[in-house]
Amino acid sequence: MKIYFINSIRFVLLILVQVLILNHFEIFGYVNPYIYPLLIILLPFNINSIQKLFLAFALGICLDFFEDSGGIHTAATLVIAYLRPLFLRNAFGLSYDYQTLKFYDAPFRSRFVYVSLMVLLHHTILFSLEIFSVNHLLYLFEKIVYSSIFSVILILITLNLIRKTSK
Amino acid sequence: MQQIILFLIKNKTGLVFIILMTIALGLTFKAHTYHNSKVVSSANFVTGNVLETSEGISQYFGLKTQNEILAEENEALRKKLLNLSPSEDTLESQLDFITDTLYRIQKSTVISNYYDKIDNFLLIKGGVKDSIKEDLGVISSKGIVGIIEDVSKEFSRVISILNTNTSINAQLKKTNHFGTLTWDGKDPNILSLVDVPRSAPVKVGDTITTGGRSLIFPENVPIGIISEYELDENVGYYNISVKLFNDMTNLKHVYVIENTRKEEAYKLLNPEQP
Repeated sequence: MKIYFINSIRFVLLILVQVLILNHFEIFGYVNPYIYPLLIILLPFNINSIQKLFLAFALGICLDFFEDSGGIHTAATLVIAYLRPLFLRNAFGLSYDYQTLKFYDAPFRSRFVYVSLMVLLHHTILFSLEIFSVNHLLYLFEKIVYSSIFSVILILITLNLIRKTSK
Repeated sequence: MQQIILFLIKNKTGLVFIILMTIALGLTFKAHTYHNSKVVSSANFVTGNVLETSEGISQYFGLKTQNEILAEENEALRKKLLNLSPSEDTLESQLDFITDTLYRIQKSTVISNYYDKIDNFLLIKGGVKDSIKEDLGVISSKGIVGIIEDVSKEFSRVISILNTNTSINAQLKKTNHFGTLTWDGKDPNILSLVDVPRSAPVKVGDTITTGGRSLIFPENVPIGIISEYELDENVGYYNISVKLFNDMTNLKHVYVIENTRKEEAYKLLNPEQP
């Protein structure tokens, strides 16, 4: 029960922070950091996979409503939610397989790899679907790389901030 | 049959993923075509009110510049008004002018504005309640902003000129050669005017205005000036880069324009339709 409560609060908070604050950021004119994948990143490891997919769908479509962007956030969030076990196994190795993983006990390197993979895939799908044209390949590439850098930094900082308060 | 059910149960995660993903991709592809992207729209009660509240707080930070923009506009309008010859204007002719207007103008405020994507939209205050309809033009004091695309009770969504799906009829102010105004998705200050015939005398610094062929915008609304151009030798048309007068990144007060004779003109242009 507690986990539903925590995630509902995170859901609303992340959307508001994203829409009301971060969407007004214009670093270099076109770089826009995204923090909301944090909800999917922080989900419990043993969550029911169907619940997880519906949560991702709801999160993405809320963002799409705010940004008038069709279904691009929905698609990107669904893909990272679906492929999350793969990234977890890659980043954390055996401790994920044996279900003994504690997120904050893992070395920083593992957490960094996990967050980076999730954000990079999310941004790649998001911006490819948004731009949707081969005429802008260089622009697309720049946007993915720069936005990913800022998003990863932002999410890692937020992860550390949450950890301090919960201890 | 049993095996099919077993298969479905075994792969239920994958199936749910595929179904949800199909919906998401369907919405995405729909959004890439003009006039088809209304399923997911910010012009609804929840997003409209959240964005309006946020705008209500943040508008105080831009008050000074917005005041200056409005004062500039007032100055320009005053200049025009004072230079109109006041002698023949009896009260009746002024009343005629009011009741017989071709364009109905209504003020509105921008509550959400995107300009860093490929297909950008704005959300403005006012909807069905304020008799705003689809396909009305939106301009600011300095130039054009976009076209109303979706209307809810209290909010309207505007398809920005910074959207790769928009194409607006525009002309050279001096000679009335016209072309189509589009956006390539990169610089929010530069639009491109294509399909201008090679016989047109194009010069850097010339003014571009809206053309008279559009039923949405009035003729001669300023758009921008020519910043550079090249002649496509193969087809004999110019490709012109237009620098906007309007700062699309800083919009607050806009006007919705309704051509009151649009339906009449449309009927004349498409007589076979009922």
